[in-house]
Amino acid sequence: MNALQRPLHEVGRTALGAIAGVGYAAIVLVESLYFLVAGRRVGQRVRLGAIAQQMREIGVDALPIVALLGFTVGLMLGIQFVASLAEFGAQSQVVVAVAKSVTREFGALITAILVAGRSGSALAARIGSMSVSQEVDALAVMGIEPVRYLVAPALVAMLVMLPTLTIFANAIAIFGAALYSAPALNVTPLAYLSQTLALLSPGDVWQGLSKSVVFAVLITLIGVSTGFSVTGGAEGVGRATTRAVVLSICWIIVVDMVFSYFINR
Amino acid sequence: MDTPAPLIEVAGLDAWYGRRQVLFGVDFTVRPGEIRVIMGGSGSGKSTLLRHLLGLQRPVAGSVRLFGVDLGRADERELLAVRKRIGVSFQGGALLTSLSVGDNVALPLREHTDLDEATIRIMSRIKLEVVNLGGFQDLMPSQLSGGMVKRAALARALVMDPRLLFFDEPSAGLDPVVSAELDELILRLRDALRMTIVVVTHELESAFKIADTITVLDQGRVLMTDTVAAVRGADNERIQDLLNRRPREVAIDAEAYLRRLTEERA
Repeated sequence: MNALQRPLHEVGRTALGAIAGVGYAAIVLVESLYFLVAGRRVGQRVRLGAIAQQMREIGVDALPIVALLGFTVGLMLGIQFVASLAEFGAQSQVVVAVAKSVTREFGALITAILVAGRSGSALAARIGSMSVSQEVDALAVMGIEPVRYLVAPALVAMLVMLPTLTIFANAIAIFGAALYSAPALNVTPLAYLSQTLALLSPGDVWQGLSKSVVFAVLITLIGVSTGFSVTGGAEGVGRATTRAVVLSICWIIVVDMVFSYFINR
Repeated sequence: MDTPAPLIEVAGLDAWYGRRQVLFGVDFTVRPGEIRVIMGGSGSGKSTLLRHLLGLQRPVAGSVRLFGVDLGRADERELLAVRKRIGVSFQGGALLTSLSVGDNVALPLREHTDLDEATIRIMSRIKLEVVNLGGFQDLMPSQLSGGMVKRAALARALVMDPRLLFFDEPSAGLDPVVSAELDELILRLRDALRMTIVVVTHELESAFKIADTITVLDQGRVLMTDTVAAVRGADNERIQDLLNRRPREVAIDAEAYLRRLTEERA
């Protein structure tokens, strides 16, 4: 191979790898949906207990940190909007600016990034170390489909909990914004909140929630497929964990932008 | 003479890792009640053969039949039915680290049967007693020693009362006494439960002690399949090398050697 072919060769190889990765994730998605719908019939029932446990790990355990970050982001947005809108004498628009930017963008985005860091990495690490120690093979030969046992419960839990956490983050962020902005606008926090409710349309909230559903699928699939493809022992598990988080966050941000473009055209 | 149908039939099995062929037309048959040892050095292809026997890899060429079911062509339901009738003890145990020993052993029962919790508990404790781990059900796998992990894995493999048991490297990483105990246990299991057992190992001593018949694999080919005495007395040079722990003499092919050194994608 000459000097010109080599970089081309690398580009081709990387592209093939990426396409294979997307294909693999799609297969995992289809398989877990299949087990959720028809699992009982083929002796591969997805257990409610497993789903409940995942819901606790992904959702309930994340409540404090989601609350903290949601509150902080709300506060930050309040500060920025009060300062920047004051330049145009448009302070009265702070309420609607905060309400729409939180429900449409920040609530879903912050929650998804947080869950990717907490649970996407945990999925990758768990499944990765299980692949390395032959636990995934052991499940398969016991007649327990690894996708059904490990992926399907996490997917359901993520699909339920990420939107729920997003609603929670929306509320806390608007509350945080109210605490800072209400005094600056000379209204009571309660008046601020009721004005927010009056200005928000269901469409704003749906926009954030529909994105969080897509983020849930992304985080789960990236987490589990990097986990299943781990090779090379403990070091490989570490690499996969990092990769899962970085990939998830990149995809979340890109998909968010694409979604926003199409919804707001 | 009326011989029972074989439990395992492998015919003409080839396997590849990338561009390297690791199994070459392997034929392999195990009859009910046998203890078959698959013996071979590192890189002989014995782990790959085992992965095919367990249906973890689909054959590129050739076929693998367990209980008469072709694993390469079986649908999900047939495959599941086969898997409920086999037990596997992996080299490192492969117990699920998030579950206690008792829950690990009970897992196949919980997933495949509708038995009530009390029955499942009793059945899994019986299997732990069989492998001399009675009373250890509440420990986590990380709290067990290497030999205990293997025995717990064996209890999990036995819990569905399989007709066919696979055992990967029972003595790897164990001290001689513990590994001798494990060998005794395997023999007892066959006598008590009338199971067919396939053991993959590179330990000569353990192989000769437990085997009825031995299959010797070398560089992806079956050198011979016969009784212990016949294998011991075989005049094949490679088998004698293996038995006497002689380093193999590698004949160097100068052309292939140079090609490996210079080729981009060797």
